[in-house]
Amino acid sequence: MGRKILLDKINIPGIKTYEVYRQNGGYASVEKALKQMTPDEVTEEVKTSGIRGRGGAGFPVGMKWSFIDKKSGNPRHLVCNADESEPGTFKDRYLMEYIPHLLIEGMITSSYALGANLSYIYIRGEYMWVYKILERAIAEAKAAGWLGKNILGSGYDLDLYVQVGGGAYICGEETALIESLEGKRGNPRIKPPFPAVKGLWQNPTVVNNVESISAVPWIVMNTGAEYAKIGIERSTGTKLISASGHIKNPGVYEIELGVSVEEFINSDEYCGGMIDDRPLKALVPGGSSVPILPAHLIYKTAAGTDRLMTYESLSDGGFATGSMLGSGGFIVYNDTTCIVRNTWNFSRFYHHESCGQCTPCREGTGWLEKILWRIENGQGREEDIELLWSIQSKIEGNTICPLGDAASWPVAAAIRHFKEEFEYHIRFPEKIKNRDHFVAEPFDKVRHLVAKQTV
Amino acid sequence: MGEISNIKQNINISEALMARINELISHYPEDKRKSALLPVLHEVQDAHDNWLSIELQDKVAEILHIKPVEVYEVVSFYTMFNRRPIGKYMFEFCQTSCCVTRGVENLMDYACEKLGVGIGETTADGMFEIRGVECLGACGYAPMLQLGDFYHENLSKEKFDQLVEDCKAGKITLHDK
Repeated sequence: MGRKILLDKINIPGIKTYEVYRQNGGYASVEKALKQMTPDEVTEEVKTSGIRGRGGAGFPVGMKWSFIDKKSGNPRHLVCNADESEPGTFKDRYLMEYIPHLLIEGMITSSYALGANLSYIYIRGEYMWVYKILERAIAEAKAAGWLGKNILGSGYDLDLYVQVGGGAYICGEETALIESLEGKRGNPRIKPPFPAVKGLWQNPTVVNNVESISAVPWIVMNTGAEYAKIGIERSTGTKLISASGHIKNPGVYEIELGVSVEEFINSDEYCGGMIDDRPLKALVPGGSSVPILPAHLIYKTAAGTDRLMTYESLSDGGFATGSMLGSGGFIVYNDTTCIVRNTWNFSRFYHHESCGQCTPCREGTGWLEKILWRIENGQGREEDIELLWSIQSKIEGNTICPLGDAASWPVAAAIRHFKEEFEYHIRFPEKIKNRDHFVAEPFDKVRHLVAKQTV
Repeated sequence: MGEISNIKQNINISEALMARINELISHYPEDKRKSALLPVLHEVQDAHDNWLSIELQDKVAEILHIKPVEVYEVVSFYTMFNRRPIGKYMFEFCQTSCCVTRGVENLMDYACEKLGVGIGETTADGMFEIRGVECLGACGYAPMLQLGDFYHENLSKEKFDQLVEDCKAGKITLHDK
């Protein structure tokens, strides 16, 4: 059994409520931080822990905190990013729904470290019932004296509120999130200035993911050095992985970073193997934005070493043969999956979610979607594969925010690893009329047709 | 979402609704009332048959001391705000990749056939509407749909049938107030 830091108490009956959470050691990190530590000492512990942002980018949390502008004297804010919208990702919701006080405790301790007196949790609008759970939990925490003026007689004041979004993936990008929190359209801002200098209402702001903030109470109680002992190299600590797709036991799992991908997929402690014992075809290890991996690169890297659930191992080989840990949105596909259809599905998602500010993304995502649709529907042309490659390469790196990259990478990776499947769609339109074309006849059974054609 | 409607909407900002709006406004510094816009729009929409006419959006602008266009541009950006009347029970199926692996496409076909509507359409009696939406963050519990403030997960045809019956019987609560 791997060590549990975030989920160790999640099955205690009644842990959703303040009383039970408190009886089980809840809010101890607030007591410890406010009574025994300076804000900088809390920040130091988080730095020492090596914890990297759990939303997807993987930027070290402590370093992000240290960038916050304390010189200007402007009010500072901590904003929790609970806009979880990356396809394949449903871990933050699990924490907030079942142990909401953990996040609130983390928000108080972290806000203290940053010197923030007004903090927000920005949650996606679709999680409306979770928004209500958090609102009620915050009211409980406030009634118990953990929020408001002069908390624990320390002289530290904090107001904490939840803000609800309106249904827009882009608001998971931190500057778009800030715009949305200000009551505007979720259009990302050009950086710099970074939020640490000019964020919410132009005040210094740190935006952190739910899972990152929820790890802070443990780090404060047990020290950053203890946290850093878990995991491998620069992948310290534990990570929530939300597993979905063609596996026996989809769900949210807390792993010690460093577990092998093979164990994670096949062990009964985690995914429990493939549904109906069908062959594994592909894996998206870190949310829809990260490159898809073909079967031969899932358990082993191109160099032949075991592929591990760490930031480094999952990206081993770069985009040529690797992927990314990302948000931990772990999507497993078996041999009935059509990669073309799946890539079209992702492209439709990004086209729908593009905010429309930058031309390459606004137009390019639409072209990707349409061209993929025509290939999937038997109207593809030989030159379409080149065209898709060209379009994605012109979006990547040419937009204000990373949504453009996120839209490009899945298309690039699909062509890189599954080009024959695209060719099959283009050359044998009569074979793909039914949308479930690979259910009865998986691609491996018809791959030889493509090969013959090209000889 | 969707086109703008010219249908007249009865506007009623009740005392309870106004109290909730004022509470939401109090979450932000006094000169930042506009920040309350998204949560206020949700509350106002919930209290008005789940849609926001231009007149209702103007009313929100008035309450928050902002220009009407500042409300319009937000309502038209976010998918959860409806600019036309919608079915009383709107089934929003997640149709992104993970739900597809678990058969949402077939389930949506079934739902459309059962209710006699296409995706994005409302039944003639105004009771039901079916939509396909993008990832709702329930990938491990697929296929699923959102109905009001709640998720209905690990769906099957039988569970969907039951849900429709529960809606008809008035057993379904749409909003968590």
